[in-house]
Amino acid sequence: MSIPGDLKYTKSHEWAKLEADGTVTVGITHHAQELLGDMVYVENPAVGRQLAAGEECAVVESVKAASDVYAPLAGEVIAVNEAVVDSPEAINQDAYAAWMFKLKPANPADLAGLLDAAAYGALVESEAH
Amino acid sequence: MLIFELSRPGRKNPSQAPAAAAEANDIPAHLRRQDKPLLPEVSEMDAVRHYTRLSQKNFSIDTHFYPLGSCTMKYNPRGSHQMAMLPQFLARHPLAPESTGQGVLACFYELQEMLKDVTGMAGVSLTPMAGAQGEFAGVAMIRAYHASRNDAARTEMLVPDAAHGTNPASAVMCGFTAREIPTDRDGNVDLAALKAAVGPHTAGLMLTNPSTLGVFEKNIQAMQQIVHEAGGLLYYDGANLNAILGRVRPGDMGFDVIHVNLHKTFSTPHGGGGPGSGPVGVSERLLPFLPVPVVKLDAGRYRLVTEHDLPQTIGRLSAFMGNTGILLRAYAYARTLGGDGMRRVADFATLNANYLMAELQKAGFDIAFPQRRASHEFIVTLKGLKDKTGVSAMDVAKRLLDKGFHAPTTYFPMLVPECLLIEPTETESKQTLDAFVAALKEILEEAVATPELVKTAPHTMPVRRLDDVKAARELDLTWKA
Repeated sequence: MSIPGDLKYTKSHEWAKLEADGTVTVGITHHAQELLGDMVYVENPAVGRQLAAGEECAVVESVKAASDVYAPLAGEVIAVNEAVVDSPEAINQDAYAAWMFKLKPANPADLAGLLDAAAYGALVESEAH
Repeated sequence: MLIFELSRPGRKNPSQAPAAAAEANDIPAHLRRQDKPLLPEVSEMDAVRHYTRLSQKNFSIDTHFYPLGSCTMKYNPRGSHQMAMLPQFLARHPLAPESTGQGVLACFYELQEMLKDVTGMAGVSLTPMAGAQGEFAGVAMIRAYHASRNDAARTEMLVPDAAHGTNPASAVMCGFTAREIPTDRDGNVDLAALKAAVGPHTAGLMLTNPSTLGVFEKNIQAMQQIVHEAGGLLYYDGANLNAILGRVRPGDMGFDVIHVNLHKTFSTPHGGGGPGSGPVGVSERLLPFLPVPVVKLDAGRYRLVTEHDLPQTIGRLSAFMGNTGILLRAYAYARTLGGDGMRRVADFATLNANYLMAELQKAGFDIAFPQRRASHEFIVTLKGLKDKTGVSAMDVAKRLLDKGFHAPTTYFPMLVPECLLIEPTETESKQTLDAFVAALKEILEEAVATPELVKTAPHTMPVRRLDDVKAARELDLTWKA
């Protein structure tokens, strides 16, 4: 099970990384890509869009299913990763390198409310049973 | 082999061509194409052999058991086809006057009445041409109802996560925000979550019942009360009506709108086999919004109700009456069965599903909700098998093709990992069900003894394992020489 210790996580299987400049990078977890299987399509939010925490803002589609991606915290979309839109399989290859979008958080303290690696690991474990 | 590959320059089939081709002289010269379209040049016999061979490579309900969960792939009786193909039906023009079409209008009227009776609703419109269009019609009526009361705050449609995937899509198509309600451990809608979700913003709830987990909602009355008390309306996705036909009626459960899939429950052709038909039924308060036309019986004469009679209608969803040929097949089927026959459909659909579930459990398969009685379908989870042998639900599905069975629905619903959703329908015999169990049992043994054999299946089909990932990533539907 691959759950990097330096990231934060959501119950809906997104990861969030606080960057040095105060922005937050978002993607889906290794566990999420494993459940979904081979990715074939990614749709990112528009740059400039204001997101509420937990808002549906992106879509990942695999051969099995289409799944919504939720904003881990409130903020403005300041960048999207065009590379994963062109090559969705990048998420399967390395879910933590293949980021989807970057947020400028409305309230940086919100990040503390997300799960840490241990709590996310426990969540994944409990869902398996 | 594509028909284009059979093409030989100059090979023509003149006996089929019209003697004199009309000049396209009403189209300006600069808009007319100068070169001929690239069509395959084959003889009549080439074409017949090609398409006959293709049809023989196919799995179909006429050739194979087809237990595709939530799709109700049941036999399409030839008698229904024969009735719908009567020359008087085929020759009728939809714009011919009502006075010369009393027979066909009587069939539509009686079908409306039978659907009202079997769903417990106050009115029915036959016009939606697919299940998804029926859903669209139903949700559009809910929207029109709230709008007619100037209740603009109701913007949210509640959809349990065990619903058909089209439900949230239909809600969004009608301008609502879809909000997901979770399922509890027994496979019922989580009532506490539902209570917490409703409010003055609730437009309604869309319920698939029995759900895609193959269970009947235990708390249906409580749910009805919670949503109605909050001012929302209740939508019943009737795609799984086969399980309850003639036994319980959504109208009696307090639902405001339902769509029925004639191509499932009423045995008309389905999937690639024919167009769909998704009539909608409504409670009293939604009657003014029904899509038109609807057939009415006025002093012994049948006539079409239009926008003129029903000014608040959500409008027309199809040309004329919808898929007329399908409506006639469903009418013939319903008349053949009668009320008693419809009850037997539900009885045997449910019996077959529970028998199959019990036999598969005995054969060593894990059932997703063993504590619940199945409705017309049930879920097997192969997570244990995958952990032990690496053989996935998709591998098992592909191997079933080698054994002469169409695979069940795979990886849906997403709530259950490595799942097969199995719906045998009432039209299959015990012998077919037993043969299916034997095939799955063999695959289970193969998965342990020779997992590679299952992982590389199918071995006996015209094509081997297709690269669906490549197909989805690099979609290309154009033939190139």
